[in-house]
Amino acid sequence: MKSFDYARADTPEAAVRQSGNPATKFIAGGTNLLDLMKLEVETPDKLVDISRLDLRDIAPTDAGGLSIGALALNSDLAADDRVRTHYPVLSRALLAGASAQLRNKATTGGNLLQRTRCNYFYDTASPCNKRQPGAGCAALGGFTRNHAILGTSDHCIATHPSDMAVAMRALDATIVTMAADGARRRIAIGDFYRLPGDTPHIETALDPGELITHLELPPPPEGKQIYRKVRDRASYAFALVSVAGIVSMDGGKIASAALAFGGLAHLPWRDKRVEDALIGNAPSTDAFEAAADVLLTDAKGFGANDFKIPLTRRTMIACLRELTSGAAA
Amino acid sequence: MNELNNSLTMDEAVERNLLDRGRQGVIGKPLDRVDGPAKVTGQARYSYEEPIENVAYGIVLTTEIGRGRVASIDADAARAAPGVIAVIVDHPLVPTDSSMTSALPRTLPEIENYGQPIGILVAESFEAARSAASLVRVDYAPEAGRFDMMEHLAEVEHEPPTRFRPPQEVGELDAALAQAAVTLDATYTTPHHLPAALEPHATIATWQDGKVEIRSSLQMLQWSRGAIAASLGLEPTAIRILAPFVGGGFGGKTGVGPEVILAVIAARDIGRPVKIALTRRQTAHLVHRRSDTRQRVRIGCNSDGDILALAHESTVSQKEGRDFIEPVSIGSLSLYAGAARRFSQSVVRLDLPMASAVRAPGEAVGTLALETAMDEMAEKLGLDPIAFRKRNEPERDPLRGVRFSTRRLVECYDDGASRFGWEQRHALPGRRREGEWLIGMGMAAAVRSNLLMQSQARVRLTADGVAVVETDMTDIGTGTYTILAQIAGEMLGLPLDRIEVRLGDTDLPPGPGSGGSFGAAGSGSSVALACQQIVERLASLIDAKPDELTLQDGIATARNRRLPLVELLAGQPIEALGTIRQGKNGQAVNQAAYGAQFAEVAVNAVTGETRVRRMLGVFDCGRILNAKTARSQAVGGMIWGLSYALQEEAVVDRRTGAFATRDLAEYHVPVNADVPRIEAYFIEESDRYANPIGVKGIGELGISGSGAAVANAIYNACGVRPRDFPLTLDKLLPGLPPV
Repeated sequence: MKSFDYARADTPEAAVRQSGNPATKFIAGGTNLLDLMKLEVETPDKLVDISRLDLRDIAPTDAGGLSIGALALNSDLAADDRVRTHYPVLSRALLAGASAQLRNKATTGGNLLQRTRCNYFYDTASPCNKRQPGAGCAALGGFTRNHAILGTSDHCIATHPSDMAVAMRALDATIVTMAADGARRRIAIGDFYRLPGDTPHIETALDPGELITHLELPPPPEGKQIYRKVRDRASYAFALVSVAGIVSMDGGKIASAALAFGGLAHLPWRDKRVEDALIGNAPSTDAFEAAADVLLTDAKGFGANDFKIPLTRRTMIACLRELTSGAAA
Repeated sequence: MNELNNSLTMDEAVERNLLDRGRQGVIGKPLDRVDGPAKVTGQARYSYEEPIENVAYGIVLTTEIGRGRVASIDADAARAAPGVIAVIVDHPLVPTDSSMTSALPRTLPEIENYGQPIGILVAESFEAARSAASLVRVDYAPEAGRFDMMEHLAEVEHEPPTRFRPPQEVGELDAALAQAAVTLDATYTTPHHLPAALEPHATIATWQDGKVEIRSSLQMLQWSRGAIAASLGLEPTAIRILAPFVGGGFGGKTGVGPEVILAVIAARDIGRPVKIALTRRQTAHLVHRRSDTRQRVRIGCNSDGDILALAHESTVSQKEGRDFIEPVSIGSLSLYAGAARRFSQSVVRLDLPMASAVRAPGEAVGTLALETAMDEMAEKLGLDPIAFRKRNEPERDPLRGVRFSTRRLVECYDDGASRFGWEQRHALPGRRREGEWLIGMGMAAAVRSNLLMQSQARVRLTADGVAVVETDMTDIGTGTYTILAQIAGEMLGLPLDRIEVRLGDTDLPPGPGSGGSFGAAGSGSSVALACQQIVERLASLIDAKPDELTLQDGIATARNRRLPLVELLAGQPIEALGTIRQGKNGQAVNQAAYGAQFAEVAVNAVTGETRVRRMLGVFDCGRILNAKTARSQAVGGMIWGLSYALQEEAVVDRRTGAFATRDLAEYHVPVNADVPRIEAYFIEESDRYANPIGVKGIGELGISGSGAAVANAIYNACGVRPRDFPLTLDKLLPGLPPV
């Protein structure tokens, strides 16, 4: 671990004042950042400890949604009655992630900003365009079981590891931030994450020193919600594919659909065309297959992760069947 | 005080089990671990935790290419970094990898595998050491390496020299296969496995007056002391190793890891104690692996299901110059009848870290193939898998013709089948479905050869009636402290709070160490032999024959006399040394432990995810010393079998020869949520040929066959039978029904 300066912030304003350059990192739960610092994958000059900021509350918004403080613990958010009742997809996604110990420590804001679990990102002896722009990508031609099949580039095929963010994407969450100069900003989650392109080291729309203070959920969506995670062991494993689905029915036809996918891309994947292909149709295997065709048209495997293409298709169809069936979610 | 001696060489059957004379009633009982409170309260100190004054922190420096040469090392920047004491990259005795008997001559600048040690950096703190290590600049002259067994199968080396080589062939295999009415010819593969002990591989080395004291996480102290002495040119008497608590070994601590040698070198160089713990990611390359395997199994039967021919031929990988060859077929040698038999082992030399013993070497991976093949063959014959096995239960060792010491495998099948509800299994796969889940049952046989290694233990009955048991045997979480206390307590008639067991110190009499499931047999027998001698002395003190003497709760009773031990001893302690050695029994009879493994699994018909619903094992493994620790051993082993069937896989990047899965997030072993209800039962029978206390090794038996039971249950659930382990969902997907 590289030596670093440490400062503790008492207010968001103080936190952002002490930040503002790329070598400064905020630390909250530290469940990901500290591991990466030990490996020197992350080498900040300075840590600003935001864990004592008053940002833990989960409260209703005037619009009928929910405001979630960036420091609300994953375990608290998952157990919140309002979340369990009105946003079950979020509660289930949270509980599908990590382990109980990690969820007791990890925060909502930090969860959004997890770095990829690409084996080569973790190995500082391997070239990685995320760690060192322009160095190359060791995952290409390497062991790719956990890697992306959608939205990849020649520079990076990593996946985003979060479960929570997939549910947030399906729920159309808004990320509320404070910039280094104290200015507030609202970023739709659809605009928050970036595809790798030729700058895989830039993962979000956040500017240096910009602090996530809250997440906002819109009013509870109509219809049924599910989160399904497919993984190699029953807990403490990253998603091979996960689906956050919200579907409402009207007169035997799909009235609305929101489908977000984890384990497939550099970001929680959502494709409006897939949802459009479903809306207005009666649920049927043919309709689900057609929607899966839309999702996977451009899917590309890299050998060890080729199986994700049929796995995603099968999982998506099973989820849609459950979402459109009469039984309760 | 004169020390008494009692030695026994196992040349014939023991007439009377030494434990039978005891009246204390502690042997076999499901007692809690005597070291449990110390462990759960943090009082038990593991090797890295011993407070040592003025200690410096070392970190092992390793190569970042898999084959080639070190062109140059520039450590100037590292030496100038804050807190750095020394960077040692030019010492002639830097080890290349773990050593079992002596370290191999240093090969630098030649690089034999990725992550090989090239030196050690020592600093005032662990953080300073780790940070400065990244400043050491190594220039390499890389060469093309050989990293993948399948790519180099054509260059296979047949019949390599190996310490485990089994007899090769009896009968006429090809002719028998040609005559067989039903044949199976199947090839199975298993990946590299890492030991993955939870406690870090850690060492503290302290030099004083020309002698070095080593606190280290090691399984076998006598072997280790010899290896360290040979590696560094020291007299064994100049080395003391302390390993009172070891947090899991799994084979990875059977040899002396490079961190041990480097700590000793560095501590002498800088004149201060040095401690090193490998980081989790370093263990992938600095601790040995279990080889990947390619196994061809051929079985030929007549139409009734009698095995006429059985062949189990394997290919494994190993570094150049290392003699350990994964003994893949060792469990297959005498598990089933059949006149024509062939077992062979071949090796492909690769530029990968050394392969060595990991959790049930041989049987762990060998039974995955053999017991899956038996399931496949039973289906071809239209026989129930248990009926097929019972039909081919041999009367005598089918290879050597000798008798089995004890073998109650058929009872294990029957008892297990009845307890498990085997009759509810559908003979045809894919017949039971609950929602999205396909449910199936599978079984397999378990076998683990039984060993006895020379062992010594000293028992001292103090004048105040406390027994002190001493041996350098280790307790790696297995329960050694507890069973040795039970043996001494049973034989000397003492409650366990009057027994003190001291382990893990080379100043104590040499035990067998923990490995090969031979620890309890050796160390337990030597303690029992020492106690037997003490009992004889007590008998003479009370003027009776040993058979007339009863010892219970610290009271000696004989010939109408009843005396507290303290009075009988009259201020004079008694000390005895017990020694057990293997003799003719090792070859004259076939000694093994057996079992029947059962599993019920659910396979998701959409995703191919497998979740094990329950497991059950019935084991025939001699006399049970502690029903609780024995059960823990069996259950733990069964979980490792689940792990081999479904999860464990160390993936090598074929371009670099580096393991891609280097931490416990990527190298999967089962978590609690993967482990279902597991039942383990024992059919107890004292083995008179094995040792004077009639026990057999348990530790690795539970591993044997349990993975195959899971694999066979998967087939029964969904009708898909991949032959490439682990059976991850991607391998099941192509065979699953449409969604």
